[in-house]
Amino acid sequence: MADPLRLEILSLLEENARLTAEQIAHMLDLSKENVEQIIKELQDEGIILKYGASIHWRKAGKRRVNALIDVKVTPQHGYGFDTVARRIYLFPEVQSVYLMSGAYDLSVALEVDTMEEVGRFVEKLASFDFVVSTTTHFVLKKYKEDGIILDEPDKDRRLVISP
Amino acid sequence: MNLEEKISPIVKQLAPSGIRRFFDLVNTKPDAISLGVGEPDFTTPWHIREACVDALERGMTSYTSNQGMPELLEKISQYLSDRFSLAYDGQSEILVTFGASEAIDIALRTLITHGDEVLIPEPCYVSYTSCVQLAGGKAIAIPTSSQNGFKLRAEDLEKAISPRSKVLILCYPNNPTGAIMRKEDWEPIAQVIKKHDLLVISDEIYAELTYRGHHFSLASLPGMKEHVILISGFSKAFAMTGWRIGYVAAPEILLQAMLKIHQYTALCAPITSQIAAFEALKNGLSECEAMVSQYDRRRRFVVKAFQEIGLTCHEPQGAFYVFPSIQPLGMDAHTFAEELIQEESVAVVPGDVFGPSGKGHIRCSYATSLDRLDEALRRIERFVKKKRKNILLSSIS
Ligand SMILES: Cc1ncc(COP(=O)(O)O)c(C=O)c1O
Repeated sequence: MADPLRLEILSLLEENARLTAEQIAHMLDLSKENVEQIIKELQDEGIILKYGASIHWRKAGKRRVNALIDVKVTPQHGYGFDTVARRIYLFPEVQSVYLMSGAYDLSVALEVDTMEEVGRFVEKLASFDFVVSTTTHFVLKKYKEDGIILDEPDKDRRLVISP
Repeated sequence: MNLEEKISPIVKQLAPSGIRRFFDLVNTKPDAISLGVGEPDFTTPWHIREACVDALERGMTSYTSNQGMPELLEKISQYLSDRFSLAYDGQSEILVTFGASEAIDIALRTLITHGDEVLIPEPCYVSYTSCVQLAGGKAIAIPTSSQNGFKLRAEDLEKAISPRSKVLILCYPNNPTGAIMRKEDWEPIAQVIKKHDLLVISDEIYAELTYRGHHFSLASLPGMKEHVILISGFSKAFAMTGWRIGYVAAPEILLQAMLKIHQYTALCAPITSQIAAFEALKNGLSECEAMVSQYDRRRRFVVKAFQEIGLTCHEPQGAFYVFPSIQPLGMDAHTFAEELIQEESVAVVPGDVFGPSGKGHIRCSYATSLDRLDEALRRIERFVKKKRKNILLSSIS
């Protein structure tokens, strides 16, 4: 069973990674040292993977190209899905790799600077023996990413004082 | 023509809302962080809004029965039974209203005739006294205090009762204090209610927002149902303030009497809101729970912060308000609130807006994101330090 306290700390940090141990300690009625200890454990155990900011890159003036590639593969002897996936996800431009049920096997998300780079990456993929086929979809517009709605400012519409 | 003279004396004597004046002041500070808001900061969960959009697309735009849509009445009945062990029949004992607000008004108008006394533990929600006056009654305050965690005590109730006492208005979890009443708190109160044949209007709009344990409803005590008019709604639990939807549950005779007023003055609650309310009860409880756990985090954060600032604050166990005392600063709550907004751009509500026994306190709502709460409390801390220093300096000189 997952420890509810650890889960609570994780969900607080997922929402706002900049919370200090002290603030979390306030919220959960713990000591600061206790929280620091738990966070350290969570890091050491590889549960907290990294602390980042969610950035609206387009608004920051940076245009990136996103593509989703459906990959069909034939696992070969001694060369299962995990190994195949690893060969792919180690490329730094790959943002995520999922093993899928259904019409294809691996779903690969790519983020690069230009269309040409996508082309080169797909060519590289297609040249692997274990890749049977690829289908590339370009992302035209992002509406929501990592649970965040991008172009909808969460404006507080409430009256400033109400009974 | 002198229009002022045409206004009924009852309306004329109603006190202007203490909040209103403050509201204008805050509006001059566009960068203010407001802890003065008495409604959730969450938007109504999408599945609830979506159910309403869908209903509109299907052309659900008509009146409903006066009492409310039968499916919704059934659902409320089941909900009250599941959550609070209350037995109200959906067909005859529940009425859907324009928020708890309408329910408070019609309950009072159903019970009160000229000169009847209505007992109200104070500090209390701002509408009660005025609604009592509009119904022709006389509001009698029962002061509660932070020493008793702002709970109502049987001896204080007993003391306030006169031969004209007819109705007792209760609101737990409480706005503005966050106080709640547990089963053992209710038991002695129930004895007094029985002894004096009082009727209770129990405003349980914050029932779902109870921390450390579950809300206990007075009407679930043996023999209490016939004394209680239970009022609740969707505004707080499901973040649905703007939908204007709530309900009242009461023994059939009282409910049918309230229904008479409702049918002539409101006809029926908006159908779109009724559909949304049905969806809220059917599929919204897990989201309600998630919002409650967010409030709980903020509650613990804010209480601790006030303790560290050195303003004593009893632990609120319900609603989304803290009600710290500012007495050590030797200033009244209005001055505190006004200077706080001027100097630090943080809005809070002076406690005496909720009745004289709220004086020396301020109400802070934590229905605001943790980031903003954190910033607001830093500013309050700075403000309090400055005031303390001023007290010190003036005592030396
Ligand atoms: C104690 C209390 N009762 C009733 C209401 C009004 O609720 P509704 O939106 O259901 O009319 C409020 C709103 O602030 C409240 O605090």
